[in-house]
Amino acid sequence: MAKVLVVTSGKGGVGKTTSTAAIGVALAQIGQKVVVVDFDVGLRNLDLIMGAERRVVFDLINVVQGVAKLPQALIRDKRLENLCLLPASQTRDKDALTEEGVGRVLEELRTSHDWILCDSPAGIERGATLAMRFADEAIIVTNPEVSSVRDSDRIIGMLDAKTVRAEKGERVEKHVLITRYDAARAARGEMLSIDDVLEILATPLLGIIPESQDVLRASNVGSPVTLNNPASSPARAYVDATKRLLGETIAMTIPAERSGLMNLLRGRRAA
Amino acid sequence: MNILRLFSSRPAPAPAPPSAPIARERLQILLAHERGMRGQPDLLMLLREEILAAVSRHVTLDPDKVIVRMDRGKNVSTLEVDIELPNVPGPKLAAAG
Repeated sequence: MAKVLVVTSGKGGVGKTTSTAAIGVALAQIGQKVVVVDFDVGLRNLDLIMGAERRVVFDLINVVQGVAKLPQALIRDKRLENLCLLPASQTRDKDALTEEGVGRVLEELRTSHDWILCDSPAGIERGATLAMRFADEAIIVTNPEVSSVRDSDRIIGMLDAKTVRAEKGERVEKHVLITRYDAARAARGEMLSIDDVLEILATPLLGIIPESQDVLRASNVGSPVTLNNPASSPARAYVDATKRLLGETIAMTIPAERSGLMNLLRGRRAA
Repeated sequence: MNILRLFSSRPAPAPAPPSAPIARERLQILLAHERGMRGQPDLLMLLREEILAAVSRHVTLDPDKVIVRMDRGKNVSTLEVDIELPNVPGPKLAAAG
């Protein structure tokens, strides 16, 4: 049965779009039929991170308003045939999204996909509330930093109160994904630890994505990190998180950045 | 002068104390409060309005000179109400007296 998964956070810049793209690719690589949907109307970026920015013709709002049919707006990934992107509109404003319209589009996507990943905009306004409205599951992307944790707590409260599932008395299954984690700084007491964040948010952990240069390199070239450099530490962490999402039990390790002279040389060459 | 410092027995500056425990404690206090407030009307606004109504039944006052402030601690919170009263008794006070 198809699952609608919202990737949300409250705070901006914590890695929602990066995580949506990386997990979308990882799910598709495992053989799942995946569509990633950009809800950030006016500030779309998922197309850019996916490397499909020059292929956008129609968008979510065109489909919601009936200007385009869903198959016309879906962009099939050139590298993975079971991965699609539904871009957001760059020119319209977020009020063009209606709850009824979004619900209809998601229902149609459910018939032809296993996973529908909704990339939420930052904030708690219309775009963010609609992105989570129909979710079955949620990934709350959090940086180990006070403002991000506070906003995540607020979003968790909204997931428990303002989603269709919550209103029916059902639960949205929630997972915390900690990104930009620096194990060395946490060990020195300079950064909130994983345990600190989990104790405060009281929500199960899906994965720990280490701070890494590979993430920027992947977005530079428009290829999600799980596709661009599968051996890198963030890619391995995203793949582990994706497997946990599918119900596998995988030990929670914090992939370390490779270090040493060889890596320095390799890094130079790759960069 | 800097060269002299090399030979002085002054210890190297201590590393900055870990700040993560402070972050953790601040978050715990803040979120304990914010979770309680969720979906509730703003407690301070409510207090301010009711205090204003109660006091202005007896004394004429300028609503802008009523300050209600709350300071939340881990175990105890304090509510501070600062009402500035005009020195000249207002008509209501005179009538009451």
